[in-house]
Amino acid sequence: MKELSVSNLLGIKYLTTEDLHLIFETADQFKEVINRPIKKVPSLRDITIANLFFENSTRTRLSFELAEKRLSADVINFSASSSSVTKGETLVDTVNNILAMKVDMVVMRHPNPGAGVFLSKHIGASIINAGDGAHEHPTQALLDVYSIREKYGDVNGKKIVIVGDIMHSRVALSNIFALKKLGAKVKVCGPNSLIPKHVESLGVEIEHNLKAALEWCEIANMLRVQHERMEHSYFPSTREYVQQYGVNKALLDTLSNPITIMHPGPINRGVEITSDVADSEHSIILNQVENGVAIRMAVMYLLASKIKQYEN
Amino acid sequence: MSQKLLLSAKEINIILQRLACQLVENHKDFKNSALIGIQPRGSFLAQRLYHILEKDYGLNALKVGKLDITFYRDDFRRGDKMLKANETEIDFIVENKNVVLIDDVLFTGRSIRSALTALQSFGRPSKIELLTLIDRRFSRHLPIQPDYNGRKVDAINDEHVKVCWKENDGEDAIYLMNN
Repeated sequence: MKELSVSNLLGIKYLTTEDLHLIFETADQFKEVINRPIKKVPSLRDITIANLFFENSTRTRLSFELAEKRLSADVINFSASSSSVTKGETLVDTVNNILAMKVDMVVMRHPNPGAGVFLSKHIGASIINAGDGAHEHPTQALLDVYSIREKYGDVNGKKIVIVGDIMHSRVALSNIFALKKLGAKVKVCGPNSLIPKHVESLGVEIEHNLKAALEWCEIANMLRVQHERMEHSYFPSTREYVQQYGVNKALLDTLSNPITIMHPGPINRGVEITSDVADSEHSIILNQVENGVAIRMAVMYLLASKIKQYEN
Repeated sequence: MSQKLLLSAKEINIILQRLACQLVENHKDFKNSALIGIQPRGSFLAQRLYHILEKDYGLNALKVGKLDITFYRDDFRRGDKMLKANETEIDFIVENKNVVLIDDVLFTGRSIRSALTALQSFGRPSKIELLTLIDRRFSRHLPIQPDYNGRKVDAINDEHVKVCWKENDGEDAIYLMNN
């Protein structure tokens, strides 16, 4: 039987290339399912999933919740701001209390890097990392790469540039792992202050000139500048950042080959990309959102198959 | 492991002709009917019947689809069944159609139960019939019987029926395998 090599999705780092292909092939079928008149399958009808969001999120949370409901799972939601976490409860205690109510799977977003890995050592339930600090955001990377595969047929050999705040981005790290595992060529582009040290050790190249990076690539993944994670200023002003690293229609028109624009959302229109780029035919931003549901269904379906309740 | 030939290519062909004939008898011009093969192996049978109906009965524009039942199985997380889904391809509307579900071997009836649920996701057909090539009677777990059937086979539990198609396995033949 073909199945995932892992029983938690903590990061792309822990997946094999075969795992990635299995997730994509399964997502193909779920994508067909969510385009049916009745977009629901009964596979996970006996599974309960807790969505634990210790950090704000809109689209990831909605996407997970929709994916869970379309798999017929029972869903409970939790957000840190309205919980006992503010009263001083520890993470393991919080999660164990929730698991005591017979929950099979946990989807967790947490501001601390490694929170998912830590939790996996202390609890028995299956864990999906929905973003842990600036570490990983595996389902976002899976849907990004899936969207590239959908548009180009294959990821192997494709040239992708990730532009913007690489330093504070979990999306960048997970994307780099996923793209490299599938044989893509990856460059990162941004001001020196937002490129982490030793990023080359992941097999990526650094390019500081946006025009040169866009000329080289086939796909540009534009990241948001994460002001909320910046404890001091990394560039003189937003205006200066936009002038050097913002993508607008005029810049795209000067390129010799058309490129595809991706963005993990939320977009700061007029900062990393302008509205005419975000809404142009080059952009696959809304396809990414649609594919997010299919990818999350695939991940939860494959992980749930490893929860064996019926074995004697 | 031993194997015994149940049906040869020639016998399969005769059965397919008969099944096609029975379908035409009930569905006439197929205007409001559709054939849906259950993935993966029922689709081969659906394709064969489609070709016979098209060639010998001049029925054009037949609606033929493939339905995958992986996500609807009742044995998910219970044993070593395949997780990986196959393609579903139903590019017509099933609402108010007469649908013929097609599978190669009818055994416990559980696949057909899953297929009936899966089909509901596409709408409400006015009628659903079942066509199978081999009916392993006396082994049913659910009250499901075929409307059209090729051959009844009495097999004991550790035997299994293997259907080979030229386009997939290199020959048309049906074997009874003994483990």
